[in-house]
Amino acid sequence: MADTAVAHHTTTGLSNNKLGMWLFLGSECLLFGGLISTYMLYRGRTNTGPQPDQIYDIPFTSVSSFVLLMSSLTMVLAVSAANRKDDRNTNLWLTVTAILGATFVGGQVYEFTAFYREGLGFTTSLFGSSFYTLTGFHGVHVTVGIIMLMALVGMVRRNRIPGSKAETVELVGLYWHFVDIIWIVIFTLVYLIPS
Amino acid sequence: MAIIERPSTEIAVAGGATVGVKPSEALGVFKRPGASNSWRDWIVTVDHKKLGIMYGVAAFVFFIIGGIEALLIRLQLMGPDGKVLSADQYNQMFTMHATTMVFLFVMPMVSAFANYFIPLQIGARDVAFPRINAFGFWCWLFGGIFLNTSWFLGGAADGGWFMYAPNSSTLFSPSHGIDFWVLGLQITGIASLTGAINLIVTVLNMRAPGMKLMRMPIFTWMALVVQFLLLFAMPVITVALFLLSFQREFDATFFDVAAGADPLLWQHLFWIFGHPEVYILILPSFGIVSEVIPVFSKKPLFGYPIVAMSGAAIGFVGWGVWAHHMFASGLGPVSVAVFSMATMAIAVPTGVKIVNWIMTMWGGKLQFTTAMLFAIGLVVQFTIGGLSGVTHSVAPSDTQQTDTYYIVAHFHYVLFGGAIFGLFAGFYYWWPKMFRKQLNEGLGKVNFWLMVVGMNMTFGPMHILGLQGQPRRMGVWTEARAGEGFFNIGFWNMIASIGSFILAVGVLMFIINIVYTHKSKRVPIAPLDPWDARSLEWMTSSPPAEHNFDAIPTVNHLDEFFHRKYAEDPNSHEIKQVASAEEVLADLNSRPDEHIHMPSRSYWPILVALALPIICYGLIYNRLLMAVGAAFLLLTMFGWAMEPSTASDDDFDPPAPGEGGGHTKELAPLG
Repeated sequence: MADTAVAHHTTTGLSNNKLGMWLFLGSECLLFGGLISTYMLYRGRTNTGPQPDQIYDIPFTSVSSFVLLMSSLTMVLAVSAANRKDDRNTNLWLTVTAILGATFVGGQVYEFTAFYREGLGFTTSLFGSSFYTLTGFHGVHVTVGIIMLMALVGMVRRNRIPGSKAETVELVGLYWHFVDIIWIVIFTLVYLIPS
Repeated sequence: MAIIERPSTEIAVAGGATVGVKPSEALGVFKRPGASNSWRDWIVTVDHKKLGIMYGVAAFVFFIIGGIEALLIRLQLMGPDGKVLSADQYNQMFTMHATTMVFLFVMPMVSAFANYFIPLQIGARDVAFPRINAFGFWCWLFGGIFLNTSWFLGGAADGGWFMYAPNSSTLFSPSHGIDFWVLGLQITGIASLTGAINLIVTVLNMRAPGMKLMRMPIFTWMALVVQFLLLFAMPVITVALFLLSFQREFDATFFDVAAGADPLLWQHLFWIFGHPEVYILILPSFGIVSEVIPVFSKKPLFGYPIVAMSGAAIGFVGWGVWAHHMFASGLGPVSVAVFSMATMAIAVPTGVKIVNWIMTMWGGKLQFTTAMLFAIGLVVQFTIGGLSGVTHSVAPSDTQQTDTYYIVAHFHYVLFGGAIFGLFAGFYYWWPKMFRKQLNEGLGKVNFWLMVVGMNMTFGPMHILGLQGQPRRMGVWTEARAGEGFFNIGFWNMIASIGSFILAVGVLMFIINIVYTHKSKRVPIAPLDPWDARSLEWMTSSPPAEHNFDAIPTVNHLDEFFHRKYAEDPNSHEIKQVASAEEVLADLNSRPDEHIHMPSRSYWPILVALALPIICYGLIYNRLLMAVGAAFLLLTMFGWAMEPSTASDDDFDPPAPGEGGGHTKELAPLG
């Protein structure tokens, strides 16, 4: 006991780190709640600039959404490998997850560029401002997730993770799944439901 | 007893040979800072008690700054056609007064008490995330300083503390003031969010054996409710601040009415945060007086579960009343009716608390110490402020009062008469615990009465001013329209301004009291348990050692400390003292815990926090600086991530030969 700082007894039985991550994700729900509300309030409010149904490329975004959702599967495989203390497969699946995430972000960059060419700038209309802010915030969350995944790969390889390795992977996993779930909500509300 | 700690430089110096601490294996950038009493220790500390004191000191400095701003406002309004401030300066003054008092005084002062006392009250050795705790403090401090540098960089924010759109756009406020305000609050918001996560996990996960939720002291309960409010309210204001900063920095259109935007969006986002915020400000003070009143009434808190649950109820219903700040904005009759009802409903759990405090005092052996006086001051003045608050649930009347001094009177009664009086009760009650000396009671009573008289003289007349129609945020009033006789606003403005200076003298007495208590040779060391207190934080030395408790107590009762001191005589059913506080402590410490691992000091929290104002200055002035700040942030976050929260023992060189018995881990307890 003297040398392990992590495995402390806790009142709820849940580790401090995990409980903290859950609370953080609870708070994040309100962050995206506010952004989604802003978007829902403002889409289709004015006729300036391109309208949502004119520029959305649903098949393209569906594919990139599918890619992001698949990354949740590979994240589960990474967590499972980490629980088995299988460093090689942990790293493999973390890398695949990061690549899938990067593909999604790449798709988003492509989408933003295409929209911009079609005349929807950040300042063009309320729709433009709220669309780019909402999806941009999500994109930043995915990017932060990718950075965490890459950092995990490096740290697992060099055995540099303080505390329990499996739990650290699991925490990043919780964050990653959360970001995916948020995307399901955004994809449904922003892209699929017509304004 | 073996308190395992990092080799301290003190011990090394005591041994005559300085021990070089080699760089940590897990980190490779900084050596792990060891313990010392120098100023450096305050920079790297992760001790919740030291952080609590730092929060308290810094918040008090901001209290004085905010107070000076308030006095300038009152000087301006003292007579007709005030010339003390220009209109522009006046706008900045009331904006920064409110912002400072809310975000830089009451909230961090609550953090000070919560940080210091939650772990002690639940029998924990530290908080769940000590480094995040330190990070939160530095974020808040740097955010507050950043916010106040705007005074010297072209003028402070001037849109009022709720910064209504579209008035906050660059068109109407071209200086950088609002940019500083938005970004500064964003930084302090990070502190609130991390603090909330940290303290919730601490309370849920780190209670002593037997410390069930319904045995927790009420202050911990109220602070827990507040952390949940913060957890869910901060992201909403974060969104609002992001939208506003995107509009100001990148020309987004969120609040641009010409582009079709709805200015009510800001109002909704702000008040969905803003109304829980008022409970964030007041509930901890409710917690403090719920500790103070039973102790000085010599009775247990009347209806403990009801007090705890009504606090939680306020936390829930507090989410459903935000639009009563917006009755004048044309929400429509259904919304107004719903929010009126909710506003009336939330008065119920608040009234329940007041009844409980009065019933606690009823029939008790009251001791009118300064702490008790401040607590009673809260009960009385908060009741007045609460009653004027309920009048706002009557929407037609509220529409009349909106943006008048009546509102100013109301929220100063609940915030100054309530929240701040509660904090002062806490100062006087817990001072001997934190600093080993009792504040002088005589000076304390002068302090209390000056503040009561000053507070009621300042804010009482504002009810009349408001009902006479004096608007908020107007920098001048004219004699021609001041009215006649009893309702002459000139007279009442003069009274309010005189009152504000009496209030200021009252606060000055508190500072004099602190100086006297700690400078005078005649003030003795306080006894271990000066108030005959009831809860766990008194069941350790004053001030507590770094590890809080030599032995973690097992809790069998609500008011555990009381139950260890007193027992009921089975024959006569009288409550009799069976042990003194010293005996209880000696008994507890007779079986000290072995191998206490305390979290290690760290440089990373302050470094990560330092990156944030750099990024924000960059956003305002120079995008290159922003990139530098962002890179610094990323690097420091990696440094942090790779540093274990408790350094492994081989991160340090063994102590010099002959020190620590040759055993690297067994060191003297730190005090």
